[in-house]
Amino acid sequence: MTNAPVHIAPPADHGDVRLTTLQRIANLRAWLFLAFLIIGFEAWSRIDFGGSFIINPYNLQSIAIFAVVPLIIATGQTFVIISGGIDLSMGFIMGLAAVVAAHTINWAGETMSLPFAVLLGLFAAVLVAMIPGYVNGLLISRLRVPPFIGTLGMFGVARGVAFLLAGGTTVPVQNSFFSALGNGKIWNVPYIVIIAAVFVLLMHYLLSQTKFGQHNYAIGANEQAARRAGINIRSHILRLYVLSGACAGLAGFIYSARFSAGAAQAGEPLLLDSVAAVVIGGASLFGGSGTILGTVAGALVIAVIQYGLVFINVKPFWQFISVGVVIIISVLIDQAQRQYGGGRQSE
Amino acid sequence: MSDTPLLEVRNLSKNFGAVQALKALSMQVRAGEVVALAGDNGAGKTTLIKAISGVYRPTGGEILLKGETVTFASPQEAREKGIETIYQDLALADNLSIGGNIFLGREPIRKAFGFLPVLDRKKMADAAKDTMALLDFHVSRMDAPVSNFSGGQRQAVAIGRAVYWNAQILIMDEPTAALGVPEQRKVISLIHQLKTQGRGVVFISHNLQDIFAVSDRIVVLRRGVQAGERRIADTTHDEVVKLMIGG
Repeated sequence: MTNAPVHIAPPADHGDVRLTTLQRIANLRAWLFLAFLIIGFEAWSRIDFGGSFIINPYNLQSIAIFAVVPLIIATGQTFVIISGGIDLSMGFIMGLAAVVAAHTINWAGETMSLPFAVLLGLFAAVLVAMIPGYVNGLLISRLRVPPFIGTLGMFGVARGVAFLLAGGTTVPVQNSFFSALGNGKIWNVPYIVIIAAVFVLLMHYLLSQTKFGQHNYAIGANEQAARRAGINIRSHILRLYVLSGACAGLAGFIYSARFSAGAAQAGEPLLLDSVAAVVIGGASLFGGSGTILGTVAGALVIAVIQYGLVFINVKPFWQFISVGVVIIISVLIDQAQRQYGGGRQSE
Repeated sequence: MSDTPLLEVRNLSKNFGAVQALKALSMQVRAGEVVALAGDNGAGKTTLIKAISGVYRPTGGEILLKGETVTFASPQEAREKGIETIYQDLALADNLSIGGNIFLGREPIRKAFGFLPVLDRKKMADAAKDTMALLDFHVSRMDAPVSNFSGGQRQAVAIGRAVYWNAQILIMDEPTAALGVPEQRKVISLIHQLKTQGRGVVFISHNLQDIFAVSDRIVVLRRGVQAGERRIADTTHDEVVKLMIGG
């Protein structure tokens, strides 16, 4: 038996990879939902009122304004969910930030120019919101507390501190510049919608075009692989929760601009809306998948349902039912994709 | 074959408390050589490769790379010196493309519009395409996530990553264990490719057929000591089994 290296001709391997039809549909599902909803409301509106639902600047503005605050929270939540975590504290961090923004703007407005006081309020809101985010990050990355539990604890802490700082529930703001920012518009586009659009683009860039975003996907898919590839998981997770805190801070600032008041309970219903937007937008709660653009569609789906049902005079309780049904359908599609779509999961 | 070996292990030992997992083990790997490590469970194979790849610090003995003594504080250091380990459970991020996996943690950045730093996906895709072509693996869609690939193809991606970063020594722990027969054959041919490129391969397997198909030499371990070393050409399945179980 000689040992001439037997050169086995390797079988030519044409990795034949195509996205299955199911995968394609699943990736677009939020936009399909959105189109479906708009068509539905449009038909209802034309039959019932003889007017258009969507080709109506007032309706478009209202839907966009409805979507702004939940969307900003949801972009931060998208990052966290892709990494395989969840941030339950965002709603009350937002309330905390709204109260801090209101107090700061009132306080600074006594001595400084109104726009400068507002700017100071923005910084205060975002910085204060980063503190609970940082603590979340420490708990999860250093002390290995599961995200669900760590941020649930912070949910309570932020809620308590927000109510304590507010002294009751609502802190009214006396600042004409602030209310103009929250309610004014240019060429029929509200300022806060422009702010949200710029912010969403920034978050889209961060997720899809930077190392931070790429590492976020890798950690969500296979944390061990990411660690072996030399990614510093701890510092990534820490920065991640600071980021989601900062998003809640910006959302709180915009909320208080819109209503010229900081309310501790402002974000209470927004937490679940944000998770819903992310899930409807195509992210998996198991981590590893999701996009900012999907989340935009998810947030719009919720806003259209909420506004559209009011528009066609349906009892508001139907909102909860419809949003709930859409969430369940989204998760079912995600499961189907997992099973049949070739989306192989790590054992 | 008189030149210095790529990798040499001299009298390596590793103790875990009172347990001696590895006792004064020596072995060599030359360029273009495939060395199989065989032995029963607990024989010390995994301890040996973990010491070579920087996961464990050896209790005694030394590791030489191209004749120079090296010590590794971490797997990262070993990797920087050209020793790459292909893990059994495949250290791939399923949701990233081949390029994304090859460059994971070391992503190239370009400036969009002259100022905005963005991931250089084209560079990643091109490098991935070239590297995978080296391994005779041709993919039409470089942006597809690796979850769409079969087990053998994913194994090729893991090997491709090592090849791209110019690993001189590849350590493969049971690379064929989780695969079907055609896929196993694919991995065996990949190992042949690595060999013709002049890299050294350390290959752990329980499958004697695979070992005989691909290796130049076999080192048999038993209870932490070297039970024997044979050239594949000069030995038989029976002899190797006897060395393993100590018959």
